[in-house]
Amino acid sequence: MSVTASSWHAAAQILRRDLTLAFRRPGEWLQPVAFFFIVTLLFPLALDPELSHLRRLAPAALWVAAMLSSVLAIDFLFREDGRDGTLEQFALSGQSFAWLLLAKTAAHWVLTGVPLALAAPFAAIALGAPADAIPGVLASLLLGSVSLSLIGAIGAGLTLGLRRGGALLSLLVLPLAVPTLIFGARATELSIHGESMAGPMYLLAALSVFGVTVAPLAAAAAVRISLE
Amino acid sequence: MLRGLSLRLAEGQALQLLWPNGAGKTSLLRAVAGLIPVEDGQLLWRGNRIEDDRAAFCADLAFLGHDLALKGDLTAAENLHFSVSLRRRLAGGEIKAALDEVGLGTRADALVRQMSAGQQRRVALARLGLWGARLWLLDEPAANLDAAGQAVVVAALARHLAAGGCALISTHQPLDLSASVNRLWRDPKEAA
Repeated sequence: MSVTASSWHAAAQILRRDLTLAFRRPGEWLQPVAFFFIVTLLFPLALDPELSHLRRLAPAALWVAAMLSSVLAIDFLFREDGRDGTLEQFALSGQSFAWLLLAKTAAHWVLTGVPLALAAPFAAIALGAPADAIPGVLASLLLGSVSLSLIGAIGAGLTLGLRRGGALLSLLVLPLAVPTLIFGARATELSIHGESMAGPMYLLAALSVFGVTVAPLAAAAAVRISLE
Repeated sequence: MLRGLSLRLAEGQALQLLWPNGAGKTSLLRAVAGLIPVEDGQLLWRGNRIEDDRAAFCADLAFLGHDLALKGDLTAAENLHFSVSLRRRLAGGEIKAALDEVGLGTRADALVRQMSAGQQRRVALARLGLWGARLWLLDEPAANLDAAGQAVVVAALARHLAAGGCALISTHQPLDLSASVNRLWRDPKEAA
């Protein structure tokens, strides 16, 4: 009687729905960005405001703040859909469960990773980075946040069944995100110094590809357990 | 845990589980849907083992659990559009017709969080019809519904059964279906 929906069509529906929902309640995705701003702006207050010192610390400050804010944001990824039965329906939709969770993670990246990357150049300038570094800072956070979102999806899946999974989530996710932190901070540092950041960017890209391959399967297995 | 169960559903037939609270009605429905693993025994759908082709079984399956899987910040029509589009392409006007059938034709553009619990359940019922699945697994489909709402459930089920579908329903109040398509199962220790 009807044409079954292709997996691309289903993924597009999830993206559209999650973006519509986020548009109707912007607090959820604005909070992590505001958090990111505040954490990075605490550094100049706590350190001595000598510009060269700040500039040396800028990559570390940006990336630690980005990681913390992405952990804060990842808690929203599956929680509501798990509570209201939507994930159950995903599992029974006949589409690949991992694929649908990847689509959800992609929507989440658009809502949290992209705003974070867009906010980062402002924070970088506040930390004394030169204007030339803006494209590099933007690019490194854009790419790094992909793998942060994917790693977060595994953690969010594992802690879905817990009533208050926030603290455990950060214990699970932060160690896994260490490679992203190392290469991301290095890429940002190189761009602030005006050098080529190709090396760490390739490694960040490799981490993202690895994440896209593995994280949806791991997240799907974890979410299935919590649905039982 | 449930053990020693055997049941068979024929085309056009509904089986209502009227087991006492805590006897495992919800667990049975979730196990049939594949949300809970079955330790032993087998589940067949149209003669084939379900685990051999889960996607085909899911395409034939509509599950309505305690949680309605509706988003409060989307309208009734948007909710339906989303959950049906995961499974199949929608034709224009289908959603409007489905909402009319459950008596919510005028509320299509209302946000679900502004609806009463009973109206939300009606939205979920409209979704069942739109999915076009052959097997309905319904967990307390008439909860929160007034007499008119229960009539909507019964009418939707009657249409579904007349079209050759079948339904496994957990309920504590038997739904008033015509006797020829209806079986009641009151105690898990008896045979279905």
